[in-house]
Parts: sequence; C-alpha cells; structure tokens
Amino acid sequence: MKQRKDLSDHYMKSKKQKIGDVVVFILLAIGAVAMIFPLIYMVATSFMTKNQILSGTLTLFPDPILIGKYREVLSKGQFISGIFNTVKVEIPVLLFGGFTSSLAAFAFAKMNFRGKNAFFMALLATIMIPFAVVMIPQYVLFTKLGWTNSLLPLIIPGCFGNVSMIFFLRQNLYSIPNELMDAAKLDGCGYFGTYFRVFLPLMKGALGTQLMLWFMGIWNDYLAPTIFLRSEKNWTLQVVIRSFNSYYAIQSDYALIMAASVIAMIPTLLLFFIFQRIIIESIAISGIK
Amino acid sequence: MMQKAVTKKHQISEMAKREERWAWLFIAAPFVGFLFFMAYPIGFAIFASFSRWTGVNSLTGNLVGFKNYADILTDAKFWKSMVTTLIYMIGIPIGMFLGLAIAMGLNRMKHTRRFFTTVYYVPVVSSLVAVSILWAWVFNYDYGLLNSMIKALTGIHGPNWLGDEFWVKVAMIIFMTWKGLGGSIILYLAGLQNIPRDYYEAAKIDGANGWQLFKNITIPLISPVTFYILITSLIGGFQVFVEVQVMTGNGGTNYSAATIVFYLFDKAFNNSQLGYGCAVAVILALIIFLITALNFKGQDKWVSTMD
Repeated sequence: MKQRKDLSDHYMKSKKQKIGDVVVFILLAIGAVAMIFPLIYMVATSFMTKNQILSGTLTLFPDPILIGKYREVLSKGQFISGIFNTVKVEIPVLLFGGFTSSLAAFAFAKMNFRGKNAFFMALLATIMIPFAVVMIPQYVLFTKLGWTNSLLPLIIPGCFGNVSMIFFLRQNLYSIPNELMDAAKLDGCGYFGTYFRVFLPLMKGALGTQLMLWFMGIWNDYLAPTIFLRSEKNWTLQVVIRSFNSYYAIQSDYALIMAASVIAMIPTLLLFFIFQRIIIESIAISGIK
Repeated sequence: MMQKAVTKKHQISEMAKREERWAWLFIAAPFVGFLFFMAYPIGFAIFASFSRWTGVNSLTGNLVGFKNYADILTDAKFWKSMVTTLIYMIGIPIGMFLGLAIAMGLNRMKHTRRFFTTVYYVPVVSSLVAVSILWAWVFNYDYGLLNSMIKALTGIHGPNWLGDEFWVKVAMIIFMTWKGLGGSIILYLAGLQNIPRDYYEAAKIDGANGWQLFKNITIPLISPVTFYILITSLIGGFQVFVEVQVMTGNGGTNYSAATIVFYLFDKAFNNSQLGYGCAVAVILALIIFLITALNFKGQDKWVSTMD
C-alpha cells in the first residue's frame, strides 16, 4: 500500500513537472516575442508606405512591400561616408589596439618587473572612471592638437590599448603554463619572440572574442563621435543615423529612418548571431569573475 | 666559492633587469595612453572645475574657488536631472527581478535554452542609437506602436509618452529595462548553473518545498551575481545620456527627461560653460566612487559565498 502511494507520488510529480515545463516554456516564448517585437516592427515599418505608417491603425504587414527606402538610404552620400568613417576607425584601432593590448597583457601575466601591480591597478582604475568625467578635457586636448577636423580623436586613444581587453587577456594567459616561458627562453627566443611566436597563437581565441566585442563597441559608439567630430564629413554611422532621425522625422519619413537604423544594426547583429555562444560565454564569465 | 655565488647572483639580476626593461617597454603603450587620455584629463577637470572657463577666455585668469560647485548645488535644473537620474533607477530592481525569473525558467529548459537566451540578448548588442530611434517611434504619440495597440485594445488614445513630464520617465524606464534585460539574464543563468545540483537534492530529501529551496539555496548562492549586476547597473545608471538625447532631443518638456550626464553635456557643449561642466563631472566621479566604495563595504554583510 505504502509502496503504491510512493509510486503514484512519483508519477504525480513528474507529471506536475512536465506541466510546469510547458507553462514555463509558454511564458518564456511570450517574453521572447515581447522582446523581439519592437525590432520586427522596425523592419516592418521600413518596408511600409507613408500612408500605411500614418494610418494610426495597428498593422505589422507592409502592403505593398517597398524596398525603395533601402535603396534611397544607400544612395545617400552621408550614409555611405558614415559607414566608411566607422570602418576607418575600426581597422587601425583593432589592429594597433589589439597588438598593444595583447603585448601588455603578456607582460602583466608572464613577466616579472618592479611596479607590476601599481601599473596594473592604475590601468584598472580607468575602467571605473566614466567617459563623461573626462570628455570635456579630452575635447579640449583634441581641439588643441588640431584633431577635431579628422577621425584622429577616435583612432589615436584606441591604438594605445584597451584596459578591459588587457584584463581579460591577462586572465586567459594565467591558464597557460609558465613552463612555456622557460622553454621559449631555452630555445633562444627573445621576449618579443616569445610573445609573438608562442603566446600570441595560444591566446588567439580570447583575442578574437575581445576584438569582436571591441568592434561592436566602436561600431555602436555615439557619445565620443558626437563630441569630438566637429565636421559633418567625418561623422560616423551612429551620428549619421541620429541626424537622419532628427531631419526626416519632421517629414514623417519613418520608413527611411527605420531602414537606415536597420542597416546600421546589421553588422553587429550578424556577428552576434554567428558567434553568440562565444560572446555570451565571455560575458557570463565577467559576472562570476 | 663565495666569488662564484656572487657572480651568479649578479648574472641573475642582470637577466632580471633585462626582463624588466622589456616588460616596461611592452606595457608602455597602454600606460602612456593612460597618462595622456585619463590621468591628465582627470587632473585637468579638477583644476578647471575651479574656473569660470568657457574655452575661449583664460583658464587661470578666471579662478573662482568653489563658486561653480556652489552654483551647481543651488541650480534647480541640476537637482531636477539628479532626481530624474534616480527615478530611472527604478528600472534596476525591475530588471533584476525579471532577469532572475527568466533565467530560472531558462535553466529548466534543455533544448530551447540557447535559442531563447540569444533572442533575449539581441537588444543588448543592438546599437543604442538605432534602438533609441526605434523606441522613439514606438512611443510616438499619434502613430506609434504602443498607442496603436492601446487604441486597438481599449479604444482610448494612449498617453503622450515622450512629451509628458510623467510618462517620459515611464517610457525611459520601459526602454532601459528592455535594453538591459538580456545582460542580467545571462549573468543570472551562469550563476544558477554554478550552483551544485546536490544542494537541491539534499534539501528535497529533508522535505524542503520549492519556495524554501529558492529562498534558502538559490537566493544566497546567487547573491554575488546580484551584487555584481547591482553595482554595474548603478554605475551605468548615473551615465545615462544617449537615449535621452536621441528620444527627446532637448531633454524633454521642462527638462523632465534630462539626466546628470545630459545636464553636463548641455552646460559644456551647448552653453560653453566648460569649467562649470568640469565641476559637474567631478561631482559625478565622486558619486560613482562613493557607490562603488559603499557597495564593496556592504558586500561582506549580505553576500554569502559557497565557502
């Protein structure tokens, strides 16, 4: 008798659990739809006619579907130059900044020198200081240097390295045995050779992930470009789409605004979808140190 | 014998010195960057905060002591933007609660977990400017998605989301929660997966129910993550700017949507009050420093770790 009750208890529980799983699944699906819905609405709007957009009734399906707004956006010189300017910032910063950051991370993780902790703490403190605190002096500095008529204010500081990248690469290097350092020394590798030929290939994965996150950061950056880029011809993509927003909203050309914003989002979203596992993992690690 | 030991020691230190010189060279770039683009600007901001400097007049010729600070602390606009900044932070506990609930749900899923996580995370990696533009459109009074839905469901016209002094704050909180939710979900999910299953099994054998498991195992063991999300959200909360500028342009009706950083930007770059702006920046830095310090002090009290 008792055994039967236990059995039925067990049966009930697993049934209860199954129902629970279904309920949770449905709730999660509703939540996911709510999260993604505005983005779908954005894409839908970009294909709609002005009349449909301004009808004030709830419609999600463009009728007819117009791709003309995308063509219009891509034929605007300012939009194209915004893309090019962003790329012109990305390439040197990722190349030089990736190099200087990984080299410094190597020194912090694998070499002995006086002042190591002090130097590291000084760099780490900069993560805590908001950009808003230093943006006025930086603006003045870049103006004095004559950089504000070019993209240099966005390029040069990045080339000196990125502190959070140094931090993560250093953590990553700790998991690589120090014996490799001695082995490289015995092989007559200099310190730079040890970095370049032994450790750089070993931190390829971590470096790639960090560069990807940095790429997204630069691509989506808005505050620094708004402040430092004084001439319109240097505007990066985010500044351009924001100016589109103020300009075309007056004309109620929301389809064009949405089309421009969709295009501006595609590169980072594409990267995210391709590498979502790695990106999500590396973000999760930052929370549980 | 002794001679030998001495030369050997000498050799080692020669090698160590060589290593040291290389290491200094390797960290030179980030350190020089730190000096030029961080240390110097901070020192400069502190100095300039004591001057009525406009960028055109003399910096040292217009030193006024603490006058900028006194003016800021008696400026109604400053306090208004400070209060608004704090009101926006209502979104932080909401986001943390939703984040934990969704993470716990995802933790139960096997096959669909990754798919859902990716979907919830999309707003986080999306360009802040682009999604601000999108939400300004969603919140549009006449034709926006939200008011069309409200009208379709209830027949009445929804509020003027971005134009009303009260509703603009609600709109901003909705937006920020939507944008940041994926971040807390991922962190909570990682935290939940770090809790050993045996803990739950053992407690279940002792007859604990679901709520007790949640209260006595999940909450305490997840508290380091809660703490991390709290600090980073508070620090981020004091730096809100882009969405306000994109969605309201001028800081909203009667400055009702403006934040501290918006106020700073406004004073420095729209009014050329650079010295004054630097003083706001110093106050901002102090607030953030204080929060970080307080949080780390409070950490021992309510964060329990496994060992």
